[in-house]
Amino acid sequence: MSDFTLYLVQQLAIGVQATIVLFFTAALAGNVLALPLALLRMSKHKWLRYPAMAFILAFRGTPLLVQLYLVYFGVGQILAGIPALRYSPFWPLFRSAYGYAFFTLSLNTAAYCGEIWRGAIESVPKGQTEAGRSLGLSRTRIFLSILLPQALRLALPSIGGQNILLLKGTALASTITVFELMGAANMVRWQTFRVYEPLFAAALVYFALAWVITAGFNFAERRLALPR
Amino acid sequence: MDSHSSWLILLSFGDRGWSDSLLWGAGLSLSLSVTAYLLGLVLGLMGAAAKISGNRIARTIANFYTSVIRSVPEILIIFLVYYTATNAVTSLLQMTGLVADFEVNGFVAATFSLGIVQGGYSTEVLRGALVSVARGQSEAGYALGLTPRQNFRLVVLPQAIPLALPGLGNLWLIVLKETSLVSLVGFTDLVLAGKMAAGATHRYFLFYSAVAVIFLVMSGVSTVLLHMLEERYSKAWRQR
Repeated sequence: MSDFTLYLVQQLAIGVQATIVLFFTAALAGNVLALPLALLRMSKHKWLRYPAMAFILAFRGTPLLVQLYLVYFGVGQILAGIPALRYSPFWPLFRSAYGYAFFTLSLNTAAYCGEIWRGAIESVPKGQTEAGRSLGLSRTRIFLSILLPQALRLALPSIGGQNILLLKGTALASTITVFELMGAANMVRWQTFRVYEPLFAAALVYFALAWVITAGFNFAERRLALPR
Repeated sequence: MDSHSSWLILLSFGDRGWSDSLLWGAGLSLSLSVTAYLLGLVLGLMGAAAKISGNRIARTIANFYTSVIRSVPEILIIFLVYYTATNAVTSLLQMTGLVADFEVNGFVAATFSLGIVQGGYSTEVLRGALVSVARGQSEAGYALGLTPRQNFRLVVLPQAIPLALPGLGNLWLIVLKETSLVSLVGFTDLVLAGKMAAGATHRYFLFYSAVAVIFLVMSGVSTVLLHMLEERYSKAWRQR
């Protein structure tokens, strides 16, 4: 292996760890938040529904890059202006770009997945709820035992797609100085003036990661599928 | 321009405000979206035709194209295409000896890089619509003696377009947001205009919020227009 190849592999190996950690943490938080968000969005009460609608609209109507800039540079600057926070022991937590990337990516995923959940829950046939009611089940029980399992089956393919988009979204974290796979490729590119090798190598790694995620979701879909 | 100016002045027009450059950037983003979208549609139509064709090589190439676009970050593809395309065109033109030093127009390079990403998505949307046109339709076309090409152009495509409309609308909303990525290769779109304004005045929150609001307005207006378009098409479909 030439020096260049060795250096490239080393840097990408460091970067890919951050990509994987960022993907898993944001995927976990985003997917956990998505279902409550969908429930708020479908609520009968205006003061619960409208804020959820505004949240979803804001995150789905603007580019992820702008959201990252707004949170990291905009909100970050405002937080730095608060002395109580600026000189508190928690400041390192609010200073790391990783935290802002995690925050933005998880809220973004929650907004998109929330809409997927809403669509899935609404497309479970009405007769299912009625059958549950005629058995005398409570509303919570109907939701947990009848609607949710069927909605999960409907939502899973789209949620898998959304998680692939999240993986691709982590590449933008490099724009707010997070040193992940894309950031590593860019750094090698600037240091060695070789354009193609770092980019192609990073593309290959992303391809492999996406393949693993897709395989995982396919496995879950097969496990959840109705026996034929 | 000091950093203590009121936000109203900063967002005004003229030489004390930044709205001129923000709107200019928004205009560039919008026109880039249109050209990239159209290029994506052309590539998507070719990809979809290849995917449903009997030719194994064409099918393999199309499948490879869509799976790469699906799993590799857009920004990486945009970097790759941007540098490859500009280098290739420049060296090609220099080889012919016609032009000594030539630089590819930034707008054209940005269109190509975004359009190639968009083509991958369009392929899937169009393929889905083409496949949903009933098989009997093209069989009827063959029975009338149409060639495969005539059959595709005159029978299958006109029926597939209304079916593809919701997906094509989504693609428009995606490309609109994806133009933000070309700011990273130095194209002065809305995001880069906002970045420059924010950097010069140190009012990051203000200007990135302004950029976000402009994007929200653009995608909101697009959603309303697309809804009207779909309504009209489905009405025409019902009246048959």
